[in-house]
Amino acid sequence: MTAAPGADKPPDVADLVCAVCDRPLEMGKVEASYLGQRFPVELPRCPSCGFVYVSEELALGRMLKVEQALEDK
Amino acid sequence: MDGQRVKQWEARCIEEQPPACAVGCPLRVDVRGMLEKVKVGDFAGACAIYGRFVALPAVLGRICDHPCEAVCRRAEAGGAIRIGAIERACVEAASGTIRRAPQSARKAKRVAVVGAGLSGLTAAFDLAMKGCAVTVFEAEPRPLSRLMRDYAGALPSAAIEADVAALTKLGVAFHYEARVDGGTGPLGLETLIEGYDAVLLALGAATAASFASALQVTAEGRLEIDPTTRAASRAKVFGGGAHGRPYSPIGSAADGRRAAASIDRLLQGASLTASRADEAGAGARLYVNVAAHAAVPPVAPVAPQAGYSRAEASVEAARCFPCRCMECVKACEYLKRYGAYPKRYVRDIYNNVGIVMGLRKANRMIDSCTLCGLCDALCPNDLAMGEVCLEARRDMVDSGHMPASHHDFALRDMAHSRSPAAAFARRQPGRAECAVAFFPGCQLSASSPWHVERIYAHLAAKISGGVGLIVDCCGAPALWSGRRALHDEVTASLGETWRSLGEPQIVAACSTCLKTLGDVLPEMKARSLWTVIDEIGWPDGARPRLAGPLAIHDPCTGRRAIDAQRAVRRLAAGLGVELRELSGAELTTCCGFGGLASFANPDVTDKIVDRRIVESADDYLTYCAMCRDNFARHGKRSVHLLDLVFPSPEGGDPAARPDPGFSRRRDNRVRLKARMLRQTWGEDMSDPTPEIDLIVPDDVRADMERKLILVNDVARAIAEAEATGRKLKDKATGRSIATARIGEFTCWAEYEATAQGFVLHRAWGHRMQVEAKP
Repeated sequence: MTAAPGADKPPDVADLVCAVCDRPLEMGKVEASYLGQRFPVELPRCPSCGFVYVSEELALGRMLKVEQALEDK
Repeated sequence: MDGQRVKQWEARCIEEQPPACAVGCPLRVDVRGMLEKVKVGDFAGACAIYGRFVALPAVLGRICDHPCEAVCRRAEAGGAIRIGAIERACVEAASGTIRRAPQSARKAKRVAVVGAGLSGLTAAFDLAMKGCAVTVFEAEPRPLSRLMRDYAGALPSAAIEADVAALTKLGVAFHYEARVDGGTGPLGLETLIEGYDAVLLALGAATAASFASALQVTAEGRLEIDPTTRAASRAKVFGGGAHGRPYSPIGSAADGRRAAASIDRLLQGASLTASRADEAGAGARLYVNVAAHAAVPPVAPVAPQAGYSRAEASVEAARCFPCRCMECVKACEYLKRYGAYPKRYVRDIYNNVGIVMGLRKANRMIDSCTLCGLCDALCPNDLAMGEVCLEARRDMVDSGHMPASHHDFALRDMAHSRSPAAAFARRQPGRAECAVAFFPGCQLSASSPWHVERIYAHLAAKISGGVGLIVDCCGAPALWSGRRALHDEVTASLGETWRSLGEPQIVAACSTCLKTLGDVLPEMKARSLWTVIDEIGWPDGARPRLAGPLAIHDPCTGRRAIDAQRAVRRLAAGLGVELRELSGAELTTCCGFGGLASFANPDVTDKIVDRRIVESADDYLTYCAMCRDNFARHGKRSVHLLDLVFPSPEGGDPAARPDPGFSRRRDNRVRLKARMLRQTWGEDMSDPTPEIDLIVPDDVRADMERKLILVNDVARAIAEAEATGRKLKDKATGRSIATARIGEFTCWAEYEATAQGFVLHRAWGHRMQVEAKP
């Protein structure tokens, strides 16, 4: 086992490659949707197959806030 | 939500009711508010409050007969607050700071007030504040001449001058040595009726004989006036200063206020009589827990003649509790969290439900209540916030406004415990009849499955007529989340299972099951496991040794299950437990699972549990699997009653048994079914095999529990990624990142392949869906 789990740093987007296409992720247009609402965002994704990466920081931060606001609408 | 019902709920919360002192004051002076100011030395602030209620503060503050003191609740704990003396200190210190501005009126109505006593001048003040042009006619050469005579020692002429100057500043005109009579002369009543919109005869003790020609007068020579409206026998004419005997300065002022209110109604064209009941002053409804306060005697002024110094007044004011109810709020971290009290919360919740456009800001608040019933048990009027919140939740679900994230995890857990993977029902092996069925509930099966096996074996051995087993969910999560249709479905399915076994009497291990089944399926005649064991006894065998006394925590859903509470205490005592009470069963608190509150708002439920676990240093004894596990997760040593008889097969200190967490709970349910069907019923069942070998370090597991992410879901994401190759690689660490959509949730896993299996380093998730645009 490597470094202590949980205590280690989250992945750096610059180090991530799509395992299928073997290409580094690039910022690109992504459609986010929740509860029937759709809106465009820029997120890291594989330029070839479109695999979108949502980091923990985004998921538990801004994305969670938007989810909650939409739920309370 | 039904508006009528909401009003009834609101009315039950008496927190906004005025305290006894205000109810006992004819002018309803906010004494409690004043004392709060005096307490901190803010005499100008206290006077500002006083001046809102009292027309002549400098005068009345010195001579008030303070009926408030007779009803002060401090009297029951050391002696009534010396409110009169404090008021005097206030007006001596700061009555000059009082500023009051009248309403402006485009065309001022003209009112004549006859008599410059406390009653007449109070009416003059009230009407001037309403924007009327008030003229006072006084027979004597100066105002308040009777008070000057009767209260010579207490009332300096400067005080009268200050209050009268303030009236003059408000625009009140004074005519002295102007004796009005019932005639038609320049100072005759007929002339005043002609020249003014209303006339108030505030004659006080003076005889009304000189008005007998114009108005009806009693045999005692006083004006005949309506006691409610103070209207005299002619239109536009009112009487004041006749409040009765003995003479009361504040009573006289209140009398003038009542007459002024009638005059204002007349000038506005409103009814003189409609809804005036509140002026009558019924007894105080505000509940005060006086017993919670130690007796403290009143402050004795160093110089009694001079009255309280400022410092003395502040110390005396600090004896005010102050009177508030807040019984439920003091006891409940949830009710405390939102900074108000149930009356406000009920309104907030009702308003939230009614929002058509815009944010429903109270959603989380509504879902944060544990529905535990403690407020109901404490409230002098039995207001149950749980009832309010549950009603609101149902409304939110029915109207499609329930936030999906609040209950999704708990409802998925319920679905799992009801699924063929975990649920089953059987008659006793080899028996056709089924008199009784054991219903352990979804959480005991999940938390300590060996308890289910041992208890079932014991019941089956001891009870004749056949003992069946129903491992299923009672539907409480559906009920608590406001999903009526789902709850009905669970109830119907349980009823079917029960009938298929031949309608046995249900023996429930869980207080929530007992309550829920008792409410919705009374035909099951569900009874508590504890009362059954109390009758049949425990099985023989060795018992784990106990280290010390245990403090008993009753589950909140068993608050009213008195038979079960007693049985548990007898059983514990019979096992040699030195039992100590915490709050007692009636005032027990929730462990956080109740009402699914911990899923919607773990911050609140953490506070509830953290408060409960420090009530005693003893290990806790519970008889609810969720209570025990939640205490354990918060670091409180706790045992389940069954731990005292059936220790974990893994051994170890039962009070240190860790919380299994949601992922292991699911595994336990599945394994319990497989093991029992194999061992007890001889059916061909194999243990579930995991999709992949996944190693989850303890800290990652704890983090996932907090985030409500299941190990199985992460395992599925990794298995999919490994099978399809669709994943991300981290060049820096060599780790992989997998993702999968599971139901309405996207879960992510950062992991690493090792010789022992996949090691999970991190898991997270979100509900929003993301898709790359071409």
